[in-house]
Amino acid sequence: MTTESETWPSTQSARRPWVDELQQWLTTVDHKRIGILYVLFAILFLVVGGIEASLIRIQLIRADHDFLAPQTFNQLFTLHGTTMIFFVAMPLMFGFANYLVPLMIGARDMAFPRLNAFSLWLTVLGGFLLYYSLVGGYGLYGVGSAPDVGWFAYAPLTSKTFSPGHSTDYWTLSLLIAGFGSIATAINIITTVFCLRCPGMTLGRMPLFVWLSLAMAMLAILAIGPLTAAQAMLMVDRYLGGHFFDTQAGGSAVLWMHFFWVFGHPEVYVLVIPAFGFASEIIPVFSRKAIFGYPIMVAATLAIAFVSISVWAHHMFTVGMTPAGNTFFVLSTMAIAVPTGIKIFNWLATMWGGRIEFRTPMLFCVGFLFQFLLAGLTGVMLASAPFNWQLGGSYFVVAHFHYVIVGAILFCAFAAFYYWFPKVTGRMLSESLGKLHFWLLVIGFHLTFDTMHVPGLLGMPRRIYTYEAGRGWEGWNAVVTVGAAIQAVAIGIFVINLVRAAFKGPKAGNDPWDAWTLEWSTTSPPPEYNFATLPVVRSRRPLWDLKHPEDPDWKYE
Amino acid sequence: MTHLAGTLEIEPTTLPSKGKVGMLTLIAAESAIFVIFVIAYLFYLGKSLSGPTTAILRPPIFFTVCLLSSSFTVHLAVAALRGGRRVPFLGWWALTFTLGALFLIGTGLEWKHLIGEGLTIRANLFGTTYYSLVGLHALHVLVGLLLLGAVTLFALVRRVGQAQAEQVDVISLYWHFVDAVWVVVFTVVYVVGR
Amino acid sequence: MVVCASQGIVSVWATATSVPLSPTNLFAPASTPAESIHQLALFILLVSAAIFLVVFTLLTYAVVRFRRRPGDPPGEPPQVYGSRQIELAWTIIPVLIVVVLFLSTSRVIFELQHPPRPPGAVMVTAIGHQFWWEYRYPGLKVVTANELHVPISDPANPTPTFLELWSADTDHSFWVPRLAGKTDLIPNRRNEMWIEPREPGLYLGQCAQYCGTQHAKMLLRVYAHTPQDFERWVKEQASPAREEPSVARGRRIFEQTSCVNCHTVAGTSASGRFGPDLTHLMSRETLASGVVPNNRESLRRWLENPSAIKPGALMPPMGLAADELDAMTDYLLTLH
Repeated sequence: MTTESETWPSTQSARRPWVDELQQWLTTVDHKRIGILYVLFAILFLVVGGIEASLIRIQLIRADHDFLAPQTFNQLFTLHGTTMIFFVAMPLMFGFANYLVPLMIGARDMAFPRLNAFSLWLTVLGGFLLYYSLVGGYGLYGVGSAPDVGWFAYAPLTSKTFSPGHSTDYWTLSLLIAGFGSIATAINIITTVFCLRCPGMTLGRMPLFVWLSLAMAMLAILAIGPLTAAQAMLMVDRYLGGHFFDTQAGGSAVLWMHFFWVFGHPEVYVLVIPAFGFASEIIPVFSRKAIFGYPIMVAATLAIAFVSISVWAHHMFTVGMTPAGNTFFVLSTMAIAVPTGIKIFNWLATMWGGRIEFRTPMLFCVGFLFQFLLAGLTGVMLASAPFNWQLGGSYFVVAHFHYVIVGAILFCAFAAFYYWFPKVTGRMLSESLGKLHFWLLVIGFHLTFDTMHVPGLLGMPRRIYTYEAGRGWEGWNAVVTVGAAIQAVAIGIFVINLVRAAFKGPKAGNDPWDAWTLEWSTTSPPPEYNFATLPVVRSRRPLWDLKHPEDPDWKYE
Repeated sequence: MTHLAGTLEIEPTTLPSKGKVGMLTLIAAESAIFVIFVIAYLFYLGKSLSGPTTAILRPPIFFTVCLLSSSFTVHLAVAALRGGRRVPFLGWWALTFTLGALFLIGTGLEWKHLIGEGLTIRANLFGTTYYSLVGLHALHVLVGLLLLGAVTLFALVRRVGQAQAEQVDVISLYWHFVDAVWVVVFTVVYVVGR
Repeated sequence: MVVCASQGIVSVWATATSVPLSPTNLFAPASTPAESIHQLALFILLVSAAIFLVVFTLLTYAVVRFRRRPGDPPGEPPQVYGSRQIELAWTIIPVLIVVVLFLSTSRVIFELQHPPRPPGAVMVTAIGHQFWWEYRYPGLKVVTANELHVPISDPANPTPTFLELWSADTDHSFWVPRLAGKTDLIPNRRNEMWIEPREPGLYLGQCAQYCGTQHAKMLLRVYAHTPQDFERWVKEQASPAREEPSVARGRRIFEQTSCVNCHTVAGTSASGRFGPDLTHLMSRETLASGVVPNNRESLRRWLENPSAIKPGALMPPMGLAADELDAMTDYLLTLH
């Protein structure tokens, strides 16, 4: 195996003062450190976004509540959505991809390490800018003013007329800058995958997580541009007197919606595809079986990515498109359910006939499977335009997308944490705290998001700072809020687990899970250069071949 | 590590060059941005409530020829450098720069004329979409000129040789992209749109 | 047992779809478009439930049956890399389901977006404002705000209401769940929707597209009347404002303060269109688009400082002295 390598700097802290250490981290171009920084950044903003959500839920716990002023509430849901998508979910996925992709393909780093660092710091700058608005964005309501236009910032609400001051500009600029970072990361991932694979690793032998990272990156390349363009147009309107979305000058508010959702829908696939990647690595290992149907998993992923570019206007069914237009988007949206469903069946078939170990990573993946099934079905309901005319813009939609983002994406992300934390730090996370985290989160998640569908079905729209008593929404909202509190506790337990284990967790060794992809062949943590000699592979599971020389994968592939 | 594959014969594979893949990916991302501006331009054709119309546009034929032929010259420059012929490389490269700069000057002149006719970015929908689209392209030409100029300076102090041909080729890819975008913009604005 | 179970299901269903559960219950449709959507929704829910049951069962079975047990043989289980037939089957079946759902959906799309327009249809122009609703009945010469009055429709002689939807500022959305799906009001764009209530009554809803600070309080109230009641309402609304000499002082204050720049009172010099038409203010049950009941106390509070009731409302406080406020309130209270 690999020879002993330079150990993790933290064990040499006696020789390195903390300033040196900090400088090392701030100037690093090592994909592993950059990945860790992305993830730490994401966890920080997860807590911030969670606080925002908690405040929102407290306000909504009963009718006509006056815990928050309307303007504050509107800023909170804008910040919550923007933060969670751009400064939690995306950095989380980029962080994991950064850390894992080079290791999984037997490379020493990403293709462009300095560009990688640049992307990270652009993202950090974006996050800082968004929150600087609390101090710097003056508006009608006081000195600091966060944006309050919703995370989707519909025109003409974002025009100078309706959003004076700079709060909207902080929204625009923070995302514009973070967007450049995201495009740069996507360029890096694509180039790394195409150009830095170790000998023997054809595209057909890459781990599924690498394929899915590639698909995510390609989608990001195509999807982020439209947002960048639309935001540039918004700035032209706000500061150069342009009329892109100026309805008084003949401009179209619907055009913004088209541009935004051409970005917005593929964006959620950018988030969920890596989650699929986590599941595709973890489920096989804990079922002790190879993934069922690798080629079709790849094909289905590419189909999902490709079709996702054609579904965007299902966010606009209520806008008054023609029947033909509506019909087209119904078809494309329902069509995407097919490859997505296929993936669920393939994971199911992977578990079938296996010997499943319910360690914490697998628990989270099982939760993901059940929850993603339900999320997909509520998605099919929303795909039907007439039903959407009732459900759209209501808490049913909020419940649906949180089911995907929390129930599927976040659950898979937690699975990934528990699975790869040993590799990154050399220590195991606590299994009992992990199980506690899982079960509390399951309870809180279902209490909140199962219940949340009901107010939607009873006519409660989104983005309202309060609601009338007598609409029948109160009890349900109270239950939703209670569930949120439980989820907060669960996440708190996770953070505690993370911190404790980082310093005092039991040693993990190279390969604690008896897994099969290249990252498990290095030490934990890996040396800075990953591999002393570049590996040469002959199948999709090089370590399986090593451990089962009598029955290697390359005989069957 | 080599024993991961047992006794094996690995299919020889040549992986593509990082620079090329990276630049092509960047071009894809930039294209997505341009597509949106083109769509906005086409969508708003004829929808301005007042102000100058597309009738005032004068197709910049000469400057377009300059820009498009600079693709040809940059190709010759890269070929020369790959062949190790530094002086022809520098000549063609500098000519590319000049043609690009001429194009930008031409854009400036065109804008001066249009502003004289009352078309500004705030005049109407046509003004907003025209200046944004053509301006975005001009900005990319400017960035391209900066790249070309930097390479020229490096070449003048004799730092650019055959070994750098691949990197220079990557930069020329960007320049080709800028030209290709102009083909689209020209067609949309001066042919289809008028 | 089966009878009990089905009775149970029926009673749960009855509760779940009842109006007492919520006056904005999607499953208690009271108008043709809402009913069509309801039918489609039930079908989709049924199909989804069936899919859920099947996959849920398979997942649960897999999780239980294939867990590692102490008695398991050592080593790894047989590695299965895939199966053409199985993968084909679970591709084709979802495709078929999608086709069925798609066809049933598109039928309803065309049915609802291309409805016939019978001669008795009532035409209303609805204009969305931050944060109130303007309603104009061009054929009937009625202009009102916030409370929409329509006739019920009888299948023998249908009188649906067609709404033309416009916006004076940002995006809004008209959503009264028991009457129809929502349609957005978008500036510089004409949208259209229709409703066809069958039972007289009050139907509630609210704006469903985020439009600014008071989006949450842009409530909708639709009153469905018998044809006779509707005619009476129209006649009252079409008449000019009442003139009461006893409130002349209040009226003078109204006309001399800048109220007339924003509000219309038919038959007087007030012809502003920025705010709601006040000609028949007292014919409305609520103020500020459904937020407070329409009575002396609320009206006076609103006039004193609209933002005390609806923070962020675009009507500014007029800075009137207490006795001026009283006088103006008295005047407005006469506008039946």
